[in-house]
Amino acid sequence: MTTRLAHRLPPRLAVLVETPAVALVNLGVLALLVAALPPLLDWAVFSAVWRADDMRGCPPAGGACWAFIGDKARLIFFGLYPYGEQWRAALATALLVALVVVSLNPRCWSRRLALAWGLGLAVYSLLMWGGLLGLAPVESAYWGGLPLTVLLTVFGVFFGLILAVPVALARFSDLPVFKAAATLYVELVRGVPLISVLFMASVLLPIFLPDGFTPSGLGRVLAGIVLFFTAYMAEVLRGGLQAIPRGQYEASRSLGLSYPVMMARVVLPQAFQTILPALINLIIAALKGTSLVVIVAMLDLLGAAQAALADPDWIGFYVEDYVFVAAVYAIMCGSISWYGRRVERNLGSAQSR
Amino acid sequence: MAVIDAGGEGGAGHGARGDAPRPARPPGRRRRRRPGLVAQVLFLLVVAALAWAVVQTAAGNLDRLSVHSGYGFLWEKAPFELGESLIPYKAGDSYLRAFEVGVLNTLKVAFLGILLSTLLGLVVALGQLSPSVVLARVCRSYVEVARNVPLLLQLIFWHTVLTRALPPVRRALSPVEGVYLTNRGVFLPVPLDDPAYGAVAAAALAGALLAPAVWLACRRRARLGRRVAHPLRWTLAALLLPPLAAFLAAGAPLAVEAPQLRGFNFVGGLTVTPELLAMLLGLTIYTAAFNAEIIRAGILGVPRGQTEAAIALGLTRPRVMRLVVLPQALRIILPPITNSCLNLTKESSLAVAIGYPELVRVANVTLTQTGQAIECISIIMLVYLILSLITSALLNWMNARARLVAR
Repeated sequence: MTTRLAHRLPPRLAVLVETPAVALVNLGVLALLVAALPPLLDWAVFSAVWRADDMRGCPPAGGACWAFIGDKARLIFFGLYPYGEQWRAALATALLVALVVVSLNPRCWSRRLALAWGLGLAVYSLLMWGGLLGLAPVESAYWGGLPLTVLLTVFGVFFGLILAVPVALARFSDLPVFKAAATLYVELVRGVPLISVLFMASVLLPIFLPDGFTPSGLGRVLAGIVLFFTAYMAEVLRGGLQAIPRGQYEASRSLGLSYPVMMARVVLPQAFQTILPALINLIIAALKGTSLVVIVAMLDLLGAAQAALADPDWIGFYVEDYVFVAAVYAIMCGSISWYGRRVERNLGSAQSR
Repeated sequence: MAVIDAGGEGGAGHGARGDAPRPARPPGRRRRRRPGLVAQVLFLLVVAALAWAVVQTAAGNLDRLSVHSGYGFLWEKAPFELGESLIPYKAGDSYLRAFEVGVLNTLKVAFLGILLSTLLGLVVALGQLSPSVVLARVCRSYVEVARNVPLLLQLIFWHTVLTRALPPVRRALSPVEGVYLTNRGVFLPVPLDDPAYGAVAAAALAGALLAPAVWLACRRRARLGRRVAHPLRWTLAALLLPPLAAFLAAGAPLAVEAPQLRGFNFVGGLTVTPELLAMLLGLTIYTAAFNAEIIRAGILGVPRGQTEAAIALGLTRPRVMRLVVLPQALRIILPPITNSCLNLTKESSLAVAIGYPELVRVANVTLTQTGQAIECISIIMLVYLILSLITSALLNWMNARARLVAR
């Protein structure tokens, strides 16, 4: 009966009733969705309060109080960055994100990109720190919210990638001391949780370094994140090096290329293209991982969201708060993976040509 | 630069070799090794010097902070209570005991989390692959959302909801008689101890021993050509019938101890703390999304021809899955899922943010109490390293087995 129905429907609807069992499952799941969606939509949209001055505007039994998010958006997004200067942090972060977006596309890998990074980082530091050109100086202790999350992610991955190259080459080499040292480092770091590395960076660095040489809180946390993700990236990069056909090494050697030239001009560019999908996954992992800095008392996006809950004028809107921040994280991670898939597809079609 | 020079000399050596009758080792080769050797020795020297400098500075800094390094503090008295533990513990026991409690709590939450997240992951993976478009779409959305929201955020969210949205003890929610949901945890009834349970447990043990024997016997008969119709049913019967018979013979004692409201809290029954529940919810929902992707990739990794051939042989869809696809997919799934389980164990360390007393939480509290930073962090790292090593050893063993089966 249902199969005959499937013949009469347009193909898009026919898949819904392919067999009786499929039709039944579809109907059941749809019924569940229909039962669950109206109360959810009612809470999130129809009964929600969009404008209010304080918590008295939001009845406790009513829908979501998005007015709370509206009131706290600047705090959640920028943390303790001085209110009047927040445009600087926003601009700097947008610049950093743009640089990363361009860099993830292998077609843009050129000398000009390196130049753009140099220039971009100079402008970025100027905007964030200030102190020049009439911009008020802002200590790194006041950086927070989304700019801090993006900073930790981008620089964690950036420095991690740079340091991962020698580590991966050492693991790949024939020299026993380098190989052993790199293997020990990678396996040690990959065996422990990120939070222990962050504790180490924030608690042990001041003990291990002489007085006056201890970096700021931000610097220590960044050092921990770099130390952690370098190991994972080195492992990914080693996989990329192994995936390159032996002929490439042999051909470079027979052309008389030295080891550094062979690696820099022939092997590493190909290896980086091979590992791009894995690298995108690592960037997402790093973005989610930076939320752990909350535990060592930094105000990143999650930390700022928690700080927003402490206002006595707005008590008890934690569901709205966490749902909002979760949506921000999900959108960021989702768009990174979407962009990664797109670049990968373009690359695949370019290579098959 | 040194490498280029060596290469050039290697070329010269090659030319010289043509004249020489038979050098034992080409001279160029020995020269090329030398820069490597020098660099390695230099590297070792630099590492040694750095280590020495760090130890000297650390000793100086610790002296100034008047911290006595060493693990002696483990035998001193720990002044803090811990929310829950599998072994008896109270404030005043040694720090070592507190660390034991922490490790056991880590293992407990990891074990439960691995079990639940693998099950949920399997269900979601099968849902994603089901011919029902709506179900597949729902499962897909779950995966996309759950793995893109940081675990820490999920843990904090569940903990906040469980401790603030649920009513206080006096106005506990009770969806089923004997089950109470409160902001102090979930209280469940447990079966009251009965002398007959000893016999039931013994029967269950006997069943557990009997079942593999039945299974092997069925397979041996099958190999000899006398197939048993339903080997799985016979095995299940061998497993379940003895304890069931013992239970019924004892008169089916089903008295349960329900939690009772006494004073300000419930007494008796089983208490699941909000911390443990939040950990299980967060770890399961987050890791199941990754596990679902791993299992889905494994099932899709089995060649289509296998499924088509099985259907052509007249097997039903569930049997195709159970008998043909899943056994082959298991070989692809096993390594990444072990890795995912290890990740879950490491990520259980985020419990420190919501106060579930596992290893990192205990170490963190101890660190603030005693100031023994190096010792506490080294204990965390050592325990997780041991867990990782055990897991990777297990993984290698399973890989070797799977490969043997493949031949």
